[in-house]
Amino acid sequence: MTRFVLTRLAQSLVALAILSVVVFVLARATGDPLHLILPMSATEEDYANARRYLGLDRSYPEQYVTFVARAVTGDFGTSLRARRPVSELIAARLPNSLKLGAFAMGVSLLLAFPLGVMAAVHKGTVVDRAAQVIAVLGQSLPTFWVAIVLIEVVAGRLQWLPAGGVDGITSYILPGFTLGWFVVAGMMRLLRSGMLEVLDSEYVKLARVKGVVEARVVWLHALKNALIPVVTFAGIYFSILVTTAIVVETVFAWPGLGRLAYEAITSRDFPVIQAVVLTTAAIVAVVNLSVDCVYGFIDPRIRYAR
Amino acid sequence: MPVLDVRDLRTHLITRWGTVKAVDGVSFTVDEGETLGLVGESGSGKSMTCLSILRLAPRPAARIVGGEVRLDGDDLLRKTGREMQRIRGKKIAMILQDPMSSLNPVFSIGMQVKEPLAMHHGLRGRALFSRAVDLLASVGISSPADRLLAFPHQLSGGMRQRVVGAMAISAPPRVLIADEPTTSLDVTIQAQYLRLLKELQQRHRLAMIFVTHNLGIVARVCDRVAVMYAGRIVEAGPVEQIFRAPAHPYTKALLESVPRLGDTREWLTAIDGQPPDLAALPPGCAFAPRCTSVMERCRVDAPPEVIVGEGRTSRCWLSVAPSPPRRDAGLALGSSDGPPRA
Amino acid sequence: MSPPPEIQAGVVADVLSAPAPDSRVRRRGLSLPIVPLAIVVTFVVVAALAPLISPGDPYEQSLRSRFTPPVWDERGTWKHVLGTDRLGRDLLSRIVWGSRVSLAAGVLTVLLATVVGAAIGLVAGYYGGRVDAALMRMTDATMSFPVVLLALILAVTVGPSFVNVVVAIAVILWARYARVVRGQVLSLMTLDFIVQARLAGASAWRIITRHLLPNTLNTVVVLLTLQIGYVIIVEASLSFLGAGIPPPMPAWGTMIAEGREFVTSAWWVSFFPGLAILLVVLAFNLLGDWLRDTLDPKLRQL
Repeated sequence: MTRFVLTRLAQSLVALAILSVVVFVLARATGDPLHLILPMSATEEDYANARRYLGLDRSYPEQYVTFVARAVTGDFGTSLRARRPVSELIAARLPNSLKLGAFAMGVSLLLAFPLGVMAAVHKGTVVDRAAQVIAVLGQSLPTFWVAIVLIEVVAGRLQWLPAGGVDGITSYILPGFTLGWFVVAGMMRLLRSGMLEVLDSEYVKLARVKGVVEARVVWLHALKNALIPVVTFAGIYFSILVTTAIVVETVFAWPGLGRLAYEAITSRDFPVIQAVVLTTAAIVAVVNLSVDCVYGFIDPRIRYAR
Repeated sequence: MPVLDVRDLRTHLITRWGTVKAVDGVSFTVDEGETLGLVGESGSGKSMTCLSILRLAPRPAARIVGGEVRLDGDDLLRKTGREMQRIRGKKIAMILQDPMSSLNPVFSIGMQVKEPLAMHHGLRGRALFSRAVDLLASVGISSPADRLLAFPHQLSGGMRQRVVGAMAISAPPRVLIADEPTTSLDVTIQAQYLRLLKELQQRHRLAMIFVTHNLGIVARVCDRVAVMYAGRIVEAGPVEQIFRAPAHPYTKALLESVPRLGDTREWLTAIDGQPPDLAALPPGCAFAPRCTSVMERCRVDAPPEVIVGEGRTSRCWLSVAPSPPRRDAGLALGSSDGPPRA
Repeated sequence: MSPPPEIQAGVVADVLSAPAPDSRVRRRGLSLPIVPLAIVVTFVVVAALAPLISPGDPYEQSLRSRFTPPVWDERGTWKHVLGTDRLGRDLLSRIVWGSRVSLAAGVLTVLLATVVGAAIGLVAGYYGGRVDAALMRMTDATMSFPVVLLALILAVTVGPSFVNVVVAIAVILWARYARVVRGQVLSLMTLDFIVQARLAGASAWRIITRHLLPNTLNTVVVLLTLQIGYVIIVEASLSFLGAGIPPPMPAWGTMIAEGREFVTSAWWVSFFPGLAILLVVLAFNLLGDWLRDTLDPKLRQL
């Protein structure tokens, strides 16, 4: 198990390193970053000074090493737009994103688990059909559009909930719901199909034959097995969540990392983009690593195989 | 008094295309230490009968609509869900079709073996552990204490079957139902497993129902046999007698399709025709369309169950027919499809 | 109890194990999903014939008729059935032209991802061992990388464009195909006809293209259909963020973004493109679900 986790950790680091190269190369390959930084009126001399100041006069490998060395210590340079250290911006925005993400994830799990399990247990009933409608809608509705409609109807016309900003738990409801929607649909679908398969298995039948209480059969014997596909896909769902978060934060004016990314794109603020991409990638790597650990925890075949 | 007395059991499956009588008036008894073989094609209602006894027929489709299932004189069909829970695994145990996949892959052997012990006997801690160890030892598993910590995938196939066997006799129960427990095993392991089951049965004087479609196994392990066709028992009686002189054309056909030592036939005689579609049974005898000695009457009226000998019943007009009562069945069944016997 | 002499226990004929007729298959038949199919076909036709069908020029601006509401509103006109946007451009025309972008992005991306993914999956499954391990590690790493980040980098560095969107999504998406195809190949490899082909000395290329590929086709088609909807949504999200199809090209995501600020006064500008996305994606998903249930029920988890 330890070896398995260590391998995965090494893989994540390699992936991050590759990504940092991609980011670095793309930044250099697409024209002089100074054109973005310096005003139109800048002279040749200004360019030379800036180049020396930013270390752009050195060779690419040297620059890359400096870039990585700084990035590791959390120094991503200065935002072109805000004229503040990028790390400060990230530090200010990241907690908001994490809070919203945690809220959305929590709500999603609370909805997806009972719904997915009940849909499988009561296959073909109203519960099941409702779950399937939610599942297919969840995968067909464009998040940003749902967000806009929700803001207009619930926050605008009905004035029930705030449309943006971070004050109090009510401000979490709309963005949290929008963000969790897709995850709820996907997880529920996975849980339902997983449970259906497992409930049909010999070992679940045997549990019933042994006289195990039905609730225990469903929520322990069956669910632990049905979790395996869910966990397998958890990494993918997290990366979808990240994508969705950028959209949701933008629409709801949520002061998180996603909104920062959007602002940075529109103003072509490259240092910030770089930092956001690498930070997010690091978070994704950490999540995937924990997913792997959970996977090993649930499935002894994995725990002992490596 | 028999340990298990099933009377006129009826289980219906309610499907989109109408009601299917999966179990249609099945009656039999099993005594202490006795083994009843339940034989029939897939879909003949064997498994559904067993699940109905445990009241585990898959809901919402399946409904037990009538009959009695008496365990030591007590009707199980009148029990509450809670009472049934305490009967399953404690009074009646069951071994499923595939012992290899009967163990839950994500829980340790210990958890799975201890579960019924804790549930039915309220054992905890040290006592629970030592009872689980004893149980594994009793089915011939070496170093049982270590095995409790293992997961199913770490055990060999034979070991897993033994664990399943151990769980089944943990109470020990009054009745053991084995639902085709050997279909998925190869012949050598099959023989070992049968030996184990037989041994466990004798040790605990279990009343055993052995479901199979393998007549060779019936001949080896069963005392009596009941042949099922389309949800009904078409013939029942002591194994030896039935194998020697089957009364029902279906049983006859089944026996003809078993290869024998010194057999010179090139082909096995499989039974002609499709297995019956339970949703669209013919009006008369369900076997009529495939029966080689079918009569006019068979297509109109379903034959009643008649006693054809000491402890033997048959559901066939041939057995009822006033004309030659002890007609040579071999001749009557006309070898229209079978080559002459060696 | 002794067995009758003529029956040899151990020599066993499982004549009774013949499967019962599967009444489900026989009775259910094939019921085509008419509605999703009709929606998909409609959109494909609309996209293909956009120049003929479109009621007007999607780029033509008219400041005088900006924010005209849809025709059923009392201020609406038949000239702009679904109303106009902030530059007075006809929404219906833009949605019609936008269907080209969305469908093209969806189909191209998925095809690209399929070709790459299936190839890698086939190779990994066929060769197994280290090749398989290395390729699957790559797949895992790719699969959990958020598409949007890559698209953002491309948008900022190279500038947003149709090609970038397709590439950015395909670069991530291939991994899923690789995974699924490899799984199929692994199980196919144990089957007799493959073993036989190998024993007969068939080349790797021949086995892969003649035996393995045709047998994974069902799965690939199912996955392909299910993914088109997903890609359309991702493309729209990227366009919405300004990292996808750049204006003034009519893309549904961009249109929603443009109407966002005016949602209170002119809801239709954002609403109709969103509805178009919902319809198309829903139709593709239902179609994919149906295909999966029909062709390959084992894929329930996709």
